[in-house]
Amino acid sequence: MFDALSHRLQDVFQSIKGETRLTEATVENVLREIRMALLEADVNFKVVKAFVDRVRDRAMDQAVLKSLTPSQQVIKIVRDELLALFGDAKGGLTETSARPRVIVMLGLQGSGKTTTTGKLAKWLAKQGRHPIVVSTDVRRPAAIQQLAIVAGQAGVRVHDPAGNLDPVSRTRSALAEAKAVGNDVVIVDTAGRLHIDDELMKELVAIREIAGPTDLLYVADAMTGQDAIKSAGEFHAQMGITGVVLTKIDGDARGGAALSVVSVVGVPIAFVGSGEKLEDLEPFHADRFVSRMLGMGDVLSLIEKAEEVIDRGDAEKLEAKIRKGGFTLEDFRDQLRMLKRMGPLEKIMGMLPGMGGMKELAGQKPDEKQLSRIEAIINSMTAAERRQADLLDGSRRKRVAKGSGTTVEDVNRLLKQFVEMQRMLKMVGQMTGEPIAAAPKKRKKSPFSLMR
Amino acid sequence: MGLFDRLRQGLQRTTQQLVEKFEDVVLRADSAEARLRDVDAETAEALEEVLLMADVGVAATGEIVGAVSRRRRRGESLRDLVKQEMLRVLEATTPMAAPSATPHVMLIVGVNGVGKTTTIGKLANQLKREGRTPLICAADTFRAAAVDQLQVWADRANVDMVRAREGSDPAAVVFDAMTAAKTRRRDVVLVDTAGRLHTRANLMNELDKIRRVASREVPGAPHEVLLVLDATVGQNGLAQAREFTNVAGVTGIVLTKLDGTAKGGIAVAIAHELRLPIRYIGVGEGVDDLLPFAPQEYVDAIFQEKW
Repeated sequence: MFDALSHRLQDVFQSIKGETRLTEATVENVLREIRMALLEADVNFKVVKAFVDRVRDRAMDQAVLKSLTPSQQVIKIVRDELLALFGDAKGGLTETSARPRVIVMLGLQGSGKTTTTGKLAKWLAKQGRHPIVVSTDVRRPAAIQQLAIVAGQAGVRVHDPAGNLDPVSRTRSALAEAKAVGNDVVIVDTAGRLHIDDELMKELVAIREIAGPTDLLYVADAMTGQDAIKSAGEFHAQMGITGVVLTKIDGDARGGAALSVVSVVGVPIAFVGSGEKLEDLEPFHADRFVSRMLGMGDVLSLIEKAEEVIDRGDAEKLEAKIRKGGFTLEDFRDQLRMLKRMGPLEKIMGMLPGMGGMKELAGQKPDEKQLSRIEAIINSMTAAERRQADLLDGSRRKRVAKGSGTTVEDVNRLLKQFVEMQRMLKMVGQMTGEPIAAAPKKRKKSPFSLMR
Repeated sequence: MGLFDRLRQGLQRTTQQLVEKFEDVVLRADSAEARLRDVDAETAEALEEVLLMADVGVAATGEIVGAVSRRRRRGESLRDLVKQEMLRVLEATTPMAAPSATPHVMLIVGVNGVGKTTTIGKLANQLKREGRTPLICAADTFRAAAVDQLQVWADRANVDMVRAREGSDPAAVVFDAMTAAKTRRRDVVLVDTAGRLHTRANLMNELDKIRRVASREVPGAPHEVLLVLDATVGQNGLAQAREFTNVAGVTGIVLTKLDGTAKGGIAVAIAHELRLPIRYIGVGEGVDDLLPFAPQEYVDAIFQEKW
């Protein structure tokens, strides 16, 4: 569902990823892109405005601009703020001891109430509950029939008093049957209606009076546009909805409406429906939703991990060394160790956005052993050799190879790579020859650079 | 009641909120002295908000606001400028070919829950009253009770319907309908299809198969492919229009549920990007609540002064 939005945001983030220093102008640029991306994702205009303002406030903070990883910090702020929009509400149903628990499904026409009723019944049955469903949609042709079929597929009981076409009395008799049979959940499906249809809204209120529901679930199409908050808000004002079920998220809708509903109307998302099958319903998890929305894989835990293992002081020391061209095999080993401390390479690759699919490519599996071999080679050198690679002549190389259980070719390859790396780092160091204190340049120390 | 009044009535709620906000904008921009000045940045921004809130989308909004702010004003009202620019977008679409073949085959497509079945019911009714002899083809063999829902509409309109068992191959139903239409000499065939998300490749391929079967039986069929869009849809409507056009060759849009508070601005975005015309709009649940779309009337109704 979120591919489109995440692609846009990833493009935005990609454009600043290489930046070691963020200026206010760059941040403004990013904010403009984020604004567009969110608007195209149907996030409510006002929500977008407030959101962008909050991100700006936090991102323009000097601590962020001058931090270890400024661009990642901005990404993190965006994520944090998105999460904050969703609140810390848990998905699922309200807690209750009521027996039977009564759930009323409501919403606009075509949002997927009947299908969701079937899915929810199935989900509850899987939790060991014994739901009974009843349709009160006496308006749409064949709606009652549709629910009967769906309930049959879900293997749950359906209450359908033939000939009774009064929504309120259908609800009442469903409750009676539940009590008689011993069903512990009653799900009442209602007719789709416009939030401005006073007649039908009155009917809903009457159903609510009879049913005394613990859950009033508003079923909303994930593809809804700016109108989402208006309809959801109106339903909430009149009915007091307890949760939103977001349907059709298996399409490519960007789900911005969900954000709007949650943040403007203030009702949490309870479930998401993600397919045509009755199993395709799951309780909502804000963090997963946001990660998918941003398409970031687990890049944030990666950032957190990187920050855990990178010592700021060390980073600055290394920085100075690089600038002077004094990058040694010892530093190289430190970097390797740091990388290893972050966890299995394969997992790290998987955390990188865009790398998730790539790691499946045959033969591209990162060779963990190779890292250990390199470390072993460096470990087999004397301290002097590590600090001054030039010392390593033929016979020393032979000794190192023997000591590390590798071959001279391996040692040669490593040294060649190292010299190459040294040369490049020196070049970069000279290109950005500004006072270190004023402009910290830590990216070279970042483990990411090793992996490119 | 004339067409314009029906449209206006249907759109009443649609436009109320839009108009309120828009009134604020024009109030400032259309005073006697302001009319002689060009549109300022503040007005442009407010206008942008109005259009974005109406789901017109970033690109089309940019185009309209840009065009309006570039115009040198010589006393025109902002209202007229905006109307002109929106009309320009809506009219710059590919016109529909006049129906020539018999039977004229219309394929109705769209994602789930937009109102395809209801639209077909209304269309059948109207065509029948115009003296045409429509035949309904119930090719939504997927959704539970979809065929029964359509049958109710067919009975109401007293129109024949070709149906098959739930779960059978929709292309086979289409084949049957084509044959039936030819032998029974029907002049229009309305093909209802199952709602499908445009991202589901296999379901989209099924549409392609339906097309192929139809064209084998009736030359040039389907002559019209109408994409039904829910007026509440946001920018995803563009993605839907793109995909359905790629696979099913959409020739026009039906915009439903305009009697809510949604403005259906996505149709403007679609006209802007894909040049697809809006053919019909749905403004209620009654049989008569499907109207042919007329850009000028739509724009007039949306930006109507006090009513």
